[in-house]
Amino acid sequence: MRDVIRGKAYVLGHNIDTDQIIPAKHLVYSLADPEERKLYGTYALSGVPDQAAGLPAGHVKFVPDGQHRSEFRVLVAGKNFGCGSSREHAPVALQIAGVEAVVAESYARIFYRNAVNGGFLLPFELVESVWQRVKTGDELEIQVSTGTLRNLTAGEAYALRSLGDVIGILKAGDVFAYAKQSGLMK
Amino acid sequence: MGMNMTEKILARHAGKVSVAPGENIWVDVDVLMTHDVCGPGTIQIFHKQFGAAARVWDREKVVVIPDHYIFTKDLHAHRNLDLLRSFVTEQQLPYFYDVGTPKYKGVCHIALPEEGHTRPGEVLFGTDSHTCTAGAFGEFATGIGNTDAALIMGIGKLWVKVPETMRFVFEGPLPPYLMAKDLILHIIGDIGVDGATYRAMEFAGDGVMALSIEERMTLCNMVIEAGGKNGIIAPDEVTEAFVRSKTNRPYEVVANDADARFHSLRVYQTKEIEPTVAKPHSPDNRDTAFRCRDVVVDRAYIGSCTGGKVTDFRAAASILKGKQVKVDTFVVPATTEVARALATEYLDGESLQSIFESAGARIAEGASCAACLGGPSDTFGRLNKSEVCISTTNRNFPGRMGSKSAQVYLASPYTVAASAVTGKITDPREFLAARADRRSC
Ligand code: SF4
Repeated sequence: MRDVIRGKAYVLGHNIDTDQIIPAKHLVYSLADPEERKLYGTYALSGVPDQAAGLPAGHVKFVPDGQHRSEFRVLVAGKNFGCGSSREHAPVALQIAGVEAVVAESYARIFYRNAVNGGFLLPFELVESVWQRVKTGDELEIQVSTGTLRNLTAGEAYALRSLGDVIGILKAGDVFAYAKQSGLMK
Repeated sequence: MGMNMTEKILARHAGKVSVAPGENIWVDVDVLMTHDVCGPGTIQIFHKQFGAAARVWDREKVVVIPDHYIFTKDLHAHRNLDLLRSFVTEQQLPYFYDVGTPKYKGVCHIALPEEGHTRPGEVLFGTDSHTCTAGAFGEFATGIGNTDAALIMGIGKLWVKVPETMRFVFEGPLPPYLMAKDLILHIIGDIGVDGATYRAMEFAGDGVMALSIEERMTLCNMVIEAGGKNGIIAPDEVTEAFVRSKTNRPYEVVANDADARFHSLRVYQTKEIEPTVAKPHSPDNRDTAFRCRDVVVDRAYIGSCTGGKVTDFRAAASILKGKQVKVDTFVVPATTEVARALATEYLDGESLQSIFESAGARIAEGASCAACLGGPSDTFGRLNKSEVCISTTNRNFPGRMGSKSAQVYLASPYTVAASAVTGKITDPREFLAARADRRSC
């Protein structure tokens, strides 16, 4: 697990559900095929209504048309990020698009589990509800060991909650590595 | 300190005498269910992690139910079905409800109980968030992702954080114009779409215990819309009669200890609740059907694991009988068994199917999830533009039923049917009261 994650922020609101992260009609692409799986990156966050895409102004494309990588490395969001369907395609699509971390006020349980157990991205929670202080395009730096999020553009720092219970899995890499450490898997 | 049902089931499956909320434990899994959307990804991870020649931990415990993208020409969707087929053959799995065979069922959460895979006291995981539906049978049931499912396939275990339990008590029976859907929409409106995150939701009280098994399933089905991990209802004679009619497998019923702990308790007087809707674009955007009476709708949709069971169609038919729908109305039975029941269940001498057809509703050709989750663009009932739809399904997030410019109102089958007749959101009491008057004279 890397200690420092740096990159541009893409800001979203509350209750970003997994249908907005990757709409259901795209769930048919093969994750095993290296070329086809890129389509998940292409359509990542394509279900977010335009006015809510990239706050505060909205109307910011997350992934440029026809490409599968986004210039934004860190998603910043309000409450209940990842609610709805249990599709693991959601954290996977974000990972394929290049997202390394999400910073949200809170998460829906299954998304959080999927992100951690599959080792797709790091889901951080803010101690205080300050996500609206970040604007899409701000340069952010997360330091895992100290639990801080620095907004380099705004010159501010915010505290992150400790990764707590799941730190063992994140350190191991994914739930399989963790199960091996726990002696449950050879 | 005593334990509640969820804690007891988890403790038993972790080989522990007791567990407390917040504890992380590894539990033994009784049933793992997967479907056509998440099965292929799960299988791929399973083989990657456990080897190309790996075998699932227990063939009897893996259930494969294709249901999401069935009646579509989408080639990718068909490839997913083929991937399931070859895995089932390779692993020789006995419980596969394949499309195009007499075993085909339809929506997994309704198929599981119909085929005897839901049993009190057990632990069920499924690669679908509405796996929580099975809490209606007094078991621990919850949705997971592909990675977790692949781990279970290999080792038969999964780590779980023991949830706190919120208790919801309904006092007094359901008035004739209400359904379980109204109760759960009411609760979600109270606590919000993240009001039960990481927690179990237990439903109790004489209002709940008087419900049929299908209505109990509706209650538990939507706990995920409040962020809940699992829903649970104490098993009673209703549960046991149903389960016994489907399977001979032994199971062990659990009950709350007298001094069981709960996170919180909410008590409702059932009769005070009104026919409820969730307005766009969130299941917690609660209002009453009456207050939404000026909302003009373009279509009505009756289907899904939430609102596509026999009880749901009986309710809708009781309003549509002898009437004409004013807007496009889609009827999608959840399973093939439900589809057959449309022809064999009668209401005052007329089959449900005939009632729907005479009213001008369109009945889907097969049982499946159909437009509940949008799906490929040729999906039956899919919202392809900015329509306003009133629906018996469970989610109305932007784009959930297709186009992100569409607007979806969630409601009970009574309310959806009443609205289909008037073309506006309608409190079903308008129709049900008239019917009651006719009966009495
Ligand atoms: S009917 Fe809808 S909610 Fe139920 S399993 Fe299918 S897609 Fe999911």
